[in-house]
Amino acid sequence: MALTFFRGLHTHSFLMYPSSFLSRKNGMLYCTMKSIRGQTETQEKSQHQLKVSTQTQSRKHDDIFKNFEAIIGIETHVQLSTLTKAFCSCPYNYGAQPNTSICPVCMGLPGALPVLSTKVIESAVKVGLALNCNLSLSSKFDRKQYFYPDLPKGYQISQFDIPIATGGYLDVDIPLEFGGGHRKFGITRVHMEEDAGKLLHTGNGSFSQVDLNRAGVPLLEIVSEPDMRTGIEAAEYAAELQRLVRYLGVSNGNMQEGSLRCDVNISIRPIGQLEFGTKVEIKNLNSFSSVSRAIDFEISRQALLHSQGQADQIVQETRLWEEGAQKTVTMRKKEGLADYRYFPEPDLPGVTLTEEYVDGIRCSLPELPEMKRRRYEGMGLNMQDVLFLTNDINVADFFDSAIAEGADVKLAANWIMGDIAAYMKNEKLSINEIQLNSHELVELISSIKGGTISGKIGKEILFELMAKGGTVKGLIKEKNLVQIADPVEIEKMVDKVLADNPKQLEQYRGGKTKLQGYFAGQIMKESKGKANPALLNKILLEKLNAKS
Amino acid sequence: MLSSAHAPRLVRFPSHCLLRPINSLHTAQSSPLPTTTAPSSQILTIRKSLLTKQTTAVDLAKSFLDRIRRTEPQLNSFLYVSPDDVVLKQAEELDNKIKNNEQLGPLAGVLVGIKDNICTSDMPSTAGSRILKNYRPPFDATAVRKLKQSGAIVVGKTNLDEFGMGSTTEGSAYQVTANPWDLSRVPGGSSGGSAAAVSARQCVVSLGSDTGGSVRQPAAFCGVVGLKPTYGRVSRYGLVAYASSLDVIGCFGSSVADAGILLHTISGYDKFDSTSSKREVPDFTSQFAGKDYLESKPLKGLRVGVICETFGDGVDPEVILSVRGAVTHLEELGCFVTEVSLPSFSLGLPAYYVLALSESSSNLSRYDGIRYGNQVLEDELNSLYGHSRAQGFGSEVKMRILMGTYALSAGYYDAYYKRAQQVRTIIRDSFKAALERNDILISPASPSVAYKIGEKKDDPLAMYAGDKMTVNVNLAGLPALVLPCGFVEGGSTVLPVGFQMIGAAFDEEKLLKVGHIFEHTLQVSSAVPPLVADELTR
Repeated sequence: MALTFFRGLHTHSFLMYPSSFLSRKNGMLYCTMKSIRGQTETQEKSQHQLKVSTQTQSRKHDDIFKNFEAIIGIETHVQLSTLTKAFCSCPYNYGAQPNTSICPVCMGLPGALPVLSTKVIESAVKVGLALNCNLSLSSKFDRKQYFYPDLPKGYQISQFDIPIATGGYLDVDIPLEFGGGHRKFGITRVHMEEDAGKLLHTGNGSFSQVDLNRAGVPLLEIVSEPDMRTGIEAAEYAAELQRLVRYLGVSNGNMQEGSLRCDVNISIRPIGQLEFGTKVEIKNLNSFSSVSRAIDFEISRQALLHSQGQADQIVQETRLWEEGAQKTVTMRKKEGLADYRYFPEPDLPGVTLTEEYVDGIRCSLPELPEMKRRRYEGMGLNMQDVLFLTNDINVADFFDSAIAEGADVKLAANWIMGDIAAYMKNEKLSINEIQLNSHELVELISSIKGGTISGKIGKEILFELMAKGGTVKGLIKEKNLVQIADPVEIEKMVDKVLADNPKQLEQYRGGKTKLQGYFAGQIMKESKGKANPALLNKILLEKLNAKS
Repeated sequence: MLSSAHAPRLVRFPSHCLLRPINSLHTAQSSPLPTTTAPSSQILTIRKSLLTKQTTAVDLAKSFLDRIRRTEPQLNSFLYVSPDDVVLKQAEELDNKIKNNEQLGPLAGVLVGIKDNICTSDMPSTAGSRILKNYRPPFDATAVRKLKQSGAIVVGKTNLDEFGMGSTTEGSAYQVTANPWDLSRVPGGSSGGSAAAVSARQCVVSLGSDTGGSVRQPAAFCGVVGLKPTYGRVSRYGLVAYASSLDVIGCFGSSVADAGILLHTISGYDKFDSTSSKREVPDFTSQFAGKDYLESKPLKGLRVGVICETFGDGVDPEVILSVRGAVTHLEELGCFVTEVSLPSFSLGLPAYYVLALSESSSNLSRYDGIRYGNQVLEDELNSLYGHSRAQGFGSEVKMRILMGTYALSAGYYDAYYKRAQQVRTIIRDSFKAALERNDILISPASPSVAYKIGEKKDDPLAMYAGDKMTVNVNLAGLPALVLPCGFVEGGSTVLPVGFQMIGAAFDEEKLLKVGHIFEHTLQVSSAVPPLVADELTR
């Protein structure tokens, strides 16, 4: 069907090789990216941010910076992970073959009409509530009109003057390495709209092709107040939004796939000046670190122009972040405001919400990142632990269920943030992909605490559990790992080691008491690590110091 | 019963206009002109003769195909006629069903014409535009799907003003359709092809679309029944959009019963159109089963409001005379007639044109030459857009896109679009109030009868002014029924006059009832144009 009714800009080869190749490449990219990203993503990125910001800020620039204040606002597009597109029943799968998930509605064929999926409203209400917004009980859709080949109807169904949610805020905790502290960033509005398709350009540029798989996929546009002042703040705002939509389950929030897209608006002004400087928009920000770095670059670019008396060269424009060159470049200069000729979408009835409907959704909201952080803080965890555990909802869930089973808070946190996190990072797995479940972690912790196994054995078992699964009890039994706590048995081993090392025993008794550690090691080895360390040392000391 | 000798009727309608009603299409039986016979429903007649095996679906289809072949060179009602074998195959299947005593759909064997801006998966759907030349949709419009399910046979796609933008059908990119009553005159528009086809009995019934009068005005010009349903009664899915908040699919028939049965078939909620209504569709077809109106005042107590603003300046005196005659007839049927004033009536035309053109400028954005339709290859994107659209659209469409774009532009929106919406609310409220005091409202369907081809082609404002009787109804979203009520002399021949009955939202049932009784007590609506009259009365 697509072949018959679809044409590229060039009339032939619409579904031909180049585009499918591109999509397959994307597909592979997705797999590798998926394993790289994960709950450790922001942590990793944050470290980058730290390095980069120290790199780029020479002392001279620091002085220039000090005299300016940056005003930053972010426009975020969140792709909703509803089963169907916003206005038709086509599914959307990232990386699918071009034009395999299209129908008359999302192709904009003559006579086709949009019908809103109620799931879109549900997601918008969830996000609106989670962002502490006022909901418009009566809103509507509008048409935003412009021509582009990836926009099949010649207009985008969006919301203009009555967005579904307005006037909220987002709580963000800045990590300690960036100075820490709590911020509240204002949310101007949240509105629903549909995504456009994608253009695929051929290598030699002779023609382009249109892939409409993404056309009609529901988006939420979330516009922040211009409340951010640094690249870090902006990146943390974006990361918090990602957490929020993932916690709510409304989007996978994946920046690489374009499920979460951030456009940054930034201007700077000399400190003390009331009026704002000229606003510049930055696009093509594919990670939180690029958000942060692009802003830092842009601040220094604009500050430098100011300090050189060339402030007039800061013009209202859209700039593109070039990841390779680590700089922003002009994409298009704006000549006044584009006229989108918005008017109410006549094909869709108004969006009316009842109080009951909103209350129902309010009651079904999960614990959000901010609440979780405050709760963990109340449990006595420090902010570093709190931020780590709450960053990924799956990690938080793992932790919460371990706690619910009675695990010690600090011990559970340490295991998760230590060995488990390290393993996930090395193996590029998420916490749901490792074989260990929270119940076995609780078992492990209590087995160590109860003295059944040593901490060392515990670590060994942990890796086995993460890689292959199984139960703590089963592994201890299977490998015969139960700690040796029988004094008679340990005494035998002590005796054997002492007898095997007469020379060292002589040296010890001659005053070289440091050798106690050597003996302890040998005995532990003899016990295959199973001897109870305290008992071992007690018996060893007795034997070493015995006058015989 | 009001007999044929009822004196006033003979005064209102010159005797030469009292043409023979069509009560037996397929048989060649000749009988003296039964001027007293009520206009019968072709659909019900066909059903009866199929079930009683007086005729076969194949014979019936052949007779229509023959008539299309004979008349089409003069009329040009169709942009596409289904090949004989395709039509006859469907008819054969029906005949087999009849032979096997299988259940028949309510429109079994009925040949239907479809306006070419309504999508059909097995025929081109060009909307009368060059930009959609040879375009074949991958789906049937919901209305078409329902017709096919009810056993109807789609015989072809009828001509129209490009995208429905016009009142003469001269705006088609492909051909000019002639009025069957006078080939030198327009059939009206934009559904001129559908109206002419039913008038000339090229098909039994047809679908049109009505954004500002595009079903009702051509029905009046061609002397057939035209029904514009309430907005939301019929799904718009598959109707190529002109102005989404005003567009409705409407029905043409040679009797009120046919138009009503057709409407019943295509009505109802459609999950593919979220502006379609979930209201239940009452069975308004039962009242058409051959009833005689024995009471002398079958419409006793019905409150009829005559909209006085529609009988003023700019309306032909003969039209006024004819419609006044229809009002008198309604009074004789027992209606309680009063004059109603709708002071906002004259605001309808400008408000309509601002809103319709604004919406159309947006709805026609999708014809960009990228995915389907006419594409002019260019190296640069804007030239591709520009040339594809410049060559694909006709001048009337271009003008409307420009005006609509202007009205929606920043700085003008409040003065035009927003103001027009406010007027629309006023009009809707005033109609609602008038329909609380009256059961139906009456006006002429058009200020004039059919005019000459080319007469208003270069005078768009004169053409737009011709819509003043009908646009208010679209703005208010109400149902309206147009039926013939007389004739005026038009040179060598006579030309039909139509009057409009406007009902409350979703009260098509009442309109159809009144219309049915009206035509059953008057012979006019079954009149056939001279072009085919000889053949039919043979």
